[in-house]
Parts: sequence; C-alpha cells; structure tokens
Amino acid sequence: MSDKDYIIIESGKAEQPFHYAVGMHGSKFFRELKDNRRFIGLKCPKCGKVFIPPRGVCGECFVEMNEWVEVGPNGVIGSFTILRYAFIDPETGQQKPIPYGYGFIKLDGADTLFQHYINIEDESKVKIGARVEAVFSKERKGSIRDIEYFRVVD
Amino acid sequence: MAKRVAIVGTGQTFHKSHRPDVNGQELINEAVQAALKDADIKISDIDAIIIGNMDHFEGINYVDCWSIDGSGGFMKPVIKITTGGTTGCSVAIGGYHLVASGLFDRVLIIGWEKNSESDTTGAITTAFDPIWDRLVFAGAISGLAAEAQAYMARYGATEKDGARVSVRDRKHALNNPHAQLRKEITIDEVLASPMLADPIHLLDVCPRTDGAAAVIMASEDSAEKITSSPDWIWATSNRHSYSYLGDADYGRLTSMREASQDLFKKGGIKEPRKEIDVIELYQPYSFGGIIWIEDMGIIGPGEGPRYIGEGNTDMGGELPINPSGGVISCNPIGATGLIRCCEAAMQVMGKADQHQVPDVNFAVSTGFGGCWWTDMILHGKKKPGK
Repeated sequence: MSDKDYIIIESGKAEQPFHYAVGMHGSKFFRELKDNRRFIGLKCPKCGKVFIPPRGVCGECFVEMNEWVEVGPNGVIGSFTILRYAFIDPETGQQKPIPYGYGFIKLDGADTLFQHYINIEDESKVKIGARVEAVFSKERKGSIRDIEYFRVVD
Repeated sequence: MAKRVAIVGTGQTFHKSHRPDVNGQELINEAVQAALKDADIKISDIDAIIIGNMDHFEGINYVDCWSIDGSGGFMKPVIKITTGGTTGCSVAIGGYHLVASGLFDRVLIIGWEKNSESDTTGAITTAFDPIWDRLVFAGAISGLAAEAQAYMARYGATEKDGARVSVRDRKHALNNPHAQLRKEITIDEVLASPMLADPIHLLDVCPRTDGAAAVIMASEDSAEKITSSPDWIWATSNRHSYSYLGDADYGRLTSMREASQDLFKKGGIKEPRKEIDVIELYQPYSFGGIIWIEDMGIIGPGEGPRYIGEGNTDMGGELPINPSGGVISCNPIGATGLIRCCEAAMQVMGKADQHQVPDVNFAVSTGFGGCWWTDMILHGKKKPGK
C-alpha cells in the first residue's frame, strides 16, 4: 500500500472555551491599564527586581511581593522578531495577519520584558535598544489588548 | 546509596514527515521492539515503563494507558512524564531515578510523537500563558528568533554563522539512516530559503517528524550481564528558569549554564571541551548550536561562530556535535530528547556505525524546551566510582 491508501480521520471542528482567572495582581494591572493608561509592576523586597507581568512571588527569592511601582509607558526594545510565515492562531482559529512585529519590551523601571506587537511600518527603525512608546486602544476592556502596539519614537 | 545505572539497549523508528501506515501505539512498538532486540532481552525482563510525548500534539491524552499493546506495558507499572520539548530527556532522567532507587532493576523508557497529526504551532501555544504570552506568540520559532536576534546584537554574529550550523547537521545526517532529512545543504541555500521570523530562515529550523525512540536502563546488578559494553549514566541535571516568556535573558540560555555546571560537578568533569568526546545537542534551530555550547562552557561567550566555523564540531573535529544530524534533520518532538540520549549511548557503546566518533569515553545528551529550560545527561564508558 502507498501513503494515499491509508485512511486519515479528521477530528471535526472541535471548540472548547476556557475561563482563565487573571488573579488579584493581574486584575489590578489590567484595571490600571484600562482606567488610567498606566503600567504597574511588583517589586521584590529582597532582590529589588520589578516584575511585569506582576505576580505574587519572586521566583528566585521565593518571597511575597506587595510593593507596586509605576513603570513605562515608554521603554526600549529588549529583543524582537518579525513574523513572516503564515500560521493559524489557536486563540481565534483564524490565520494570524503577517508580517507582524513581535517585541520583548523593557519598560522604563521594569526588570523583565513585556511582550507585545511592535509597529513595523518602518522596519529599519525596529532594532534592539530602540526607544518605544505604548499606543493604547481607544476602547479598553481590561486585557492585554488594551494596548494596540508599541511604536518606535525618534 | 543510589545504584549505578547503565543504558543496555536503544531503538528508534525510521523517522519520517508522515507515517499514515501506523497509529500511535504501532509507531511506539517499532521503537520498543528495536530496543529489546538491541539489548537481546524480552519484554518479560522489563520491570517498569516510562513513556512521554508533548501534551496536546495529537489531542489524545493518557498515552501511558492507551499505548500498552505497543509499549509492552500490559500488567506492568507505567508512568507518564511530559515536560514539553525536554520530554524525551526527562523520561530518561525519570528512568534513571527509578533504577538508581533500587526499586526497579530494568526499566523501558519511551518517547514518541506523531507531529503530522496536528498543527504544531497551535499545539505548542497551549503550553503558554493565555493572559500574557499568547497574543503575539508564534510557536517555538518566535522566542528562538528573539534569542538569535539578541545574541547577534550582543556579539556581532551574523546569519551566516547560524547557517554554518545547519550545514554541519544536515551533512552529518547523511550517515544516519534513521534521520528524516538526508540531503546536504549549503550556506547560500540556507540564506536564500524563506525568512520565517527574522533572522531565522526555513533551513535554520527543524522539520516536523513522526517517530519514536526507546531506551532500556538496567542497574549495576544486571547491566553487564545484558551487554559487555554498557553506557553508564554518570550524572543528570535539569533546570527551569521562568514563568513568563519575557522573564528570560534573551541571548543567553541561563538554564543550560546552571544545568551544565551542576552536571559537570556531579560527574567530576573539569574541562568539558577536553574531556567530552561527543555531544548530542537538542538544537531545534541553528543559532542554538552556537549560543548553547557557550552556555555549556565548551567555549567562551561570543566564541561559538569562530569555533564552529573552523570545523571543530564537525565529524573528525575536536568535539563532534550531532553526529546523528541532530534535531535540524529530524524532530519527532516527544521522542527528540530521547533520540539524543539513544545517540549518545550508541556512541559510548560503539554502536553508531557510519556516524561513530572514535574512542568515546564521555558523551553529553541534552533536552531543550518551553522555550528556555534544559535537561542534560552525562554518559560514560567506564563505570562511575561510588
């Protein structure tokens, strides 16, 4: 038998929605973003690192974090790539629009990188170390999509 | 005191992009039969089984249960271990722990994947945080591209340096009948292949593969009765480093640095570049072959491109890496880490035929996953001291 003689069964259009808890720290972050267009991170009392996304515990020091500090909304590109191949976005089932800029943004005052879109209208400006600013969505609902993208500022 | 543990047999399928002629358990069985034949023992000699693959890749969970006809797990203890890309290496470490504990004498370890049965990027995405990580995420390649980008900016490496690693691995694969991609490529061909995610071209990355691998481990009580040339496990190590993708230090693999230091300390290796004879590196893209051997301590930061460019990691070089052709030539993900372990064991046991490195005393195999964690195994020809 050749490969085409073997039977393949498709699973069908399976759909299984989930309901994810963002938690108290993430909820506070998104509320600040939505209502005041501010980024806030949590600072470790031991090592002093400021974490975005905020989380209750600094993994390295394994201590609870309670001190909120404002970071951003500007920063620099820590690293990035430009996605040029087509793939299905499992979140939507639709093809992801390509090309798009994928940035790891070091927000001013933060020690970790924040992932979001980078505007690539002028690709030559998209470089590690380039300064960027957040462009907020007009309609904000309290999620990562309250930021439309980051763009390079001259 | 832990028992000393050795690999006494290995088996692999002939890995291909698509195996519609077999279902999961039939694919698994091919590797299991090959490993039993290699060790020249029977399934009744096996005391326990560890099996693993990537969560969600086939959308069929609980492989530990449904694979028993193929795995040989009927009426035996079977444990599933799954840790993403590192799964194949983690099942081996799990097997080592079982045998070293003294509770099981002979353990069969299996890793497998039928990548052809789902969309790989979609499946990988389910491993990442839905609130913070998934918006811009593009499967394994986006993080790897960001790592390469950061490394290039920090050390002045070029796309050509990455391409050189793909050229090496694809050339090595010519000598491995189990590899999927067995056609030589050139640096120019890599650079001319489609750009997937800057700076990563199509020929910088691994293919999708259907395949399975199996390893049999035995304690010092029976290893030398099964084979006269066992591959002794000198040490294992694994390290995890982050919660969210933005927590990583792009341009360096800190989990590899920490795991290597731990592994070499446990194994008494002081100068890895001199003492290690061959490495089977879980390296799903070209730049990993540069960055990660620097983090392993083989060479210093930024020295990778020159070291590799001079041919030191080619067959016949100072420290051959991926004689099998590596992950760039073949990547059935849940099996991939265990294939590294199989290949390292074959090198130590002198069973690697056409891709044998001469006189191997120490070999290292690794696993990479998620994307920034590391599993490692130190293999040796001599029995480790107590």
